Amino acid sequence: MTETTTPTKKSVPLWAQITIWVFLAGLLALVGFGLNNASNPMAEIGKPVPDFDLVYFEGYEYNGTAEMKLSDLRGKIVVINIWASWCKPCEQEAPELEEAWGLYKDRGDVVFIGVDYVDTPEGAFGYLKKFGITFPNAPDLQSTISSILNRQMGVPETYLIDREGILRQIKIGPFASIAEIQAFVASAE
Amino acid sequence: MKNYELRITNYVLLALVLIALTGLFHQAAFAQEATPTDDEVNAIAKQLYCPVCENTPLDVCPTEACRQWRELIRDQLAEGKTEQEIKDYFVANYGARVLSEPPRTGFNWLVYIVPPVLILVGAYILFNSFRAWIKPKSAEAGSGQKKEAGASSSDDEYIKRLEEELKNRK
Repeated sequence: MTETTTPTKKSVPLWAQITIWVFLAGLLALVGFGLNNASNPMAEIGKPVPDFDLVYFEGYEYNGTAEMKLSDLRGKIVVINIWASWCKPCEQEAPELEEAWGLYKDRGDVVFIGVDYVDTPEGAFGYLKKFGITFPNAPDLQSTISSILNRQMGVPETYLIDREGILRQIKIGPFASIAEIQAFVASAE
Repeated sequence: MKNYELRITNYVLLALVLIALTGLFHQAAFAQEATPTDDEVNAIAKQLYCPVCENTPLDVCPTEACRQWRELIRDQLAEGKTEQEIKDYFVANYGARVLSEPPRTGFNWLVYIVPPVLILVGAYILFNSFRAWIKPKSAEAGSGQKKEAGASSSDDEYIKRLEEELKNRK
């Protein structure tokens, strides 16, 4: 008479199974939490622009205010121009933007704000001086503002926000003329 | 006497000229030391990444933006800042994305902990799977031998019976 022995399958202990599942669930929760924290809310055309801080360059403040939130400008038309000193196409529109600002600055209900995208301080101040820019300007070294504004391609890009804080238009690339800038602003009036 | 005075004046003048020249050489040498070389700049730049054009080390990045950042490193070296101070400046201004390795703080620890843990878990699972694959084979081999042994013993009995019957017929 021959005895047949069937190999017994060793199962993973219950405590080990629970530990593995708890570890995996915790890991997923951590990754989800991290991704949620890392992603900024993004602006969309026709929707209110998520709020962000503006810390202006010295000498380029808004009416003497060095720090403010975008929401502080509610009730005004806001033109946000993203530029950089290393960006050649930005140089094409810089004189037109400054000239257009001259047409609106006394009205008080239209605000131009320059946002210097990932730049060096020397480069930024050199650019502002070179083109005689006088409207408020703030750095965006960590690209927080440009990611909230949902930067589409590169620099320059210009965003038009209406009096209710809603994003109306995005201009990708440089403006070709003052007339184009005026038409851009007029679309939010 | 006049000749003697003239000689002294000449020596004094020569000494003054030599002192002035030494000072000039020293200043020139100091100025050269104060301007960091490209190699010194690149030694730090290669540890940093371009904040605009992602995944490009700063030392080999050809853009105007990167040229400006390399100049910034040169200026800071000339000011006497250390390598760590320059890296800290870049992280403070442009974020941790400029570093080739994420800093070992907060959520970033996951990058350093999770992969080794997953590798260990994977190795454990593989080890167990291989063991499970080997065991049934050896078990099968064992039972196969038993079967063969069984078959040969039954064959022997049959042959014995056959031989006995053949003997009886004779």
